[in-house]
Amino acid sequence: MAKISTRMGDGYAVELTADELRRDLAEGTEAAANRAKIPPLDSNEIDYLFDIFAYQGRIAGVQPGNEVVLTKDGCANTLYGGQMSSGVGVPLAREQGIRVMERVFGFDTMEVGHPDYSFKPAKALVALEQMCMEQALIDCVVPLFYGAMPNMGLYFRPDGPFANPADLLPRGQIEEARETQAEAAEALRRDMVNMATSMAAVGADGIDFDTTASAGDAEFLATLQAVEELSDTTDLAIEVGMATELVLGFHGELEYKGTRLAGLWPHQQVKLVEQAGAHIFGPVSTTNTSKSAPWNVSRAVTFVKECSRVATIPIHANVGMGVGGVPTSEVQPSDVVTRAGVALVEIGRADGL
Amino acid sequence: MGGIRTAGDLVARMQLRKMRLPEAKRHVADKLGLGTKELSDSTIMRQLREQLDIGVITGVPGSAKGIEAKVRIEQLLGITINSVQRLRDKSGAALEPVRSE
Repeated sequence: MAKISTRMGDGYAVELTADELRRDLAEGTEAAANRAKIPPLDSNEIDYLFDIFAYQGRIAGVQPGNEVVLTKDGCANTLYGGQMSSGVGVPLAREQGIRVMERVFGFDTMEVGHPDYSFKPAKALVALEQMCMEQALIDCVVPLFYGAMPNMGLYFRPDGPFANPADLLPRGQIEEARETQAEAAEALRRDMVNMATSMAAVGADGIDFDTTASAGDAEFLATLQAVEELSDTTDLAIEVGMATELVLGFHGELEYKGTRLAGLWPHQQVKLVEQAGAHIFGPVSTTNTSKSAPWNVSRAVTFVKECSRVATIPIHANVGMGVGGVPTSEVQPSDVVTRAGVALVEIGRADGL
Repeated sequence: MGGIRTAGDLVARMQLRKMRLPEAKRHVADKLGLGTKELSDSTIMRQLREQLDIGVITGVPGSAKGIEAKVRIEQLLGITINSVQRLRDKSGAALEPVRSE
């Protein structure tokens, strides 16, 4: 068999022999299984992954009938945004962009989101955000979320009012670091509930908590508490997408309904998100740039498959720059993006992406 | 799935009610009288969407746009859509035509 063209996790092209491809697929699934203590992919699934990567067409796709629903963070921000958000700098208003995404690109759902895409900077502009949502709801047919990142890091000095645990921890001030995270988490929870409630008031279909737990277990707790309150008090559909595969224990002792948050893997995260009352969960597997795309996809699919197996709510696997097996590169290679999508759906059993 | 090119928005609306993908597709397919595979068929769905007047991908004068289409989608799927409920609340009455004497 001729060598198989694929890519590394940083996006650069690489050629693998059939044996090298099969080795990378096996090592990728074992890497996920060993860390999260979940089953690896079986031999049939590895064979299917092999076929997906051995097929040398420019792009790949699911079989007819296996199409899934797409939710997306940021959405129209990608059109008018800049390089930082992989934006293409087209001078379109958000309302126009949302219609382009619906009517030109055929998206299943859309979002309104602040250009900074975090709750803290958006809250001061809540009236503007509501008016954008109101207009978009009149114009659009597809379901509309309001989307933002919890991004608890913005609540710490110098960006916010609370002492920075990254300053306290190196000085051995463990208790002080925990206290400041708890205080920031409560402020974050209030902001998320207020923003989401404001969106419910104007008729939004849902709220998307994107890149959840980026600042670790305290941020995850704040999000779960916000989800719980919103599921009790609004008709919003709630999506929780994660930041990475493991909840980092920057606090270390926080629990939700008796479960310690630090160290949770996707199949464990989803059960808490369900308990909180969310409607869709987005598991993440972060790309290792020094490994091949097949290794990364195999690892991501292993996480998602177990997450999907235990879930009762729809699973929308994160697949994009640096997650879901996709290379960490500014312009994402379609050959790997499409193969990752096929694998996450047809082997990982994702309900959406 | 293709959004309003196909039935992607309709299946998404059922996922927003915690339905997993197979259940969501089955629900929408049953309401449309289709098989689940046909939900992603843009040729079938283009014609059916115009027939049901639930919003089409191309610019067709007279076809339901935006919130107008969602009123009909609500009825089709048997669900409540928040923005349609708001329209009912703001209009001060149910969305029934006013009959003149």
